[in-house]
Amino acid sequence: MIVAVAEESRGAEHARPWIEQAGAQYWCLIDTDHRVADLYGMVNVPQAVWIDKAGHIVRPPENAGSTDHFRMMDRATGTLAPEHQEARLAARTAYLDAVRDWVLAGRYALPAETAMVRLPQITPEIALAQSHFRLGVWLRQVATLQRPIRTWLKPAACIRSHGTCGARRRISTRSARPAARISGSGSARWERSHTTRRLICLQVRIDERSMDPR
Amino acid sequence: MATVLTDQGELTVAARNGLWLSTEDTERATGWTLKPEGMCRDDLCVPMPVQDGRIDAAAFWRKLGCPVVNDAAGETWVLGAGAQQRNDALAGLTAPDFTLPDLAGVPQTLSALRGQKVFLCTWASW
Repeated sequence: MIVAVAEESRGAEHARPWIEQAGAQYWCLIDTDHRVADLYGMVNVPQAVWIDKAGHIVRPPENAGSTDHFRMMDRATGTLAPEHQEARLAARTAYLDAVRDWVLAGRYALPAETAMVRLPQITPEIALAQSHFRLGVWLRQVATLQRPIRTWLKPAACIRSHGTCGARRRISTRSARPAARISGSGSARWERSHTTRRLICLQVRIDERSMDPR
Repeated sequence: MATVLTDQGELTVAARNGLWLSTEDTERATGWTLKPEGMCRDDLCVPMPVQDGRIDAAAFWRKLGCPVVNDAAGETWVLGAGAQQRNDALAGLTAPDFTLPDLAGVPQTLSALRGQKVFLCTWASW
């Protein structure tokens, strides 16, 4: 069974077009609080975990065949060199082949000792960042209800690395924009909620250590 | 009134001076129970002063080594899971359970898939 979790703090409607286009027959779930990422110590998307029939993790979070080749993209043309395209495709193909082998023949599941060694280590700083993120998502949802609040949200949860961190920072900056610009952000939900409302005030208490991107 | 967000959900409490809560609200927010020894769960008790029937729930949570964050108005608080709690939950390799809605809003729970291999993956539209 595939369980595809959309780490989508803006809500289900932002994930809907992708899920509908995929025509998925498996579970496609919406995770506005990034709860799965918190529970499994994930720091990026995509990530995948293999779980056996008994409910045990047999491969902890990993990149699921994705690579960093996008970093080598020619920004002017939006293209990747053929060798990078090949390498990216090869990584994805190898990973998906491994998933199939695991499902059909049990291969590539890790022994418990190896799986344990590969578990992510969640630090107090990461736990703190998770809490900041939770607060930010909640306050943004409240802001869509009624209270005109004034505002400023620091990128509190940016301790996490790479994609997730970038996304969290983006949430923060969007929240900090004046309403007129927010309503032009392309988010229908924001548009509805901010037509009659003003800025959102989130003065989240920040432990400066949580700003350290390392 | 203040809102407290925890891993178990959200609740509304009557807070004073930060997150000083009635003993009942403190128990609801933390999942710990007040006993003569202090705030207790299973075999563990943490001494906590009670003043006028209230406990500083934020101080208690920090004492446990867990993160506490709040908005500037003191109206919304997160009592987050601590790092050790997160790591302990993974240490035995049992997949942490969760319930999340699908597109139709129907809640689905991971553990309902026991007996099947599960490929759990995350993605994002952003």
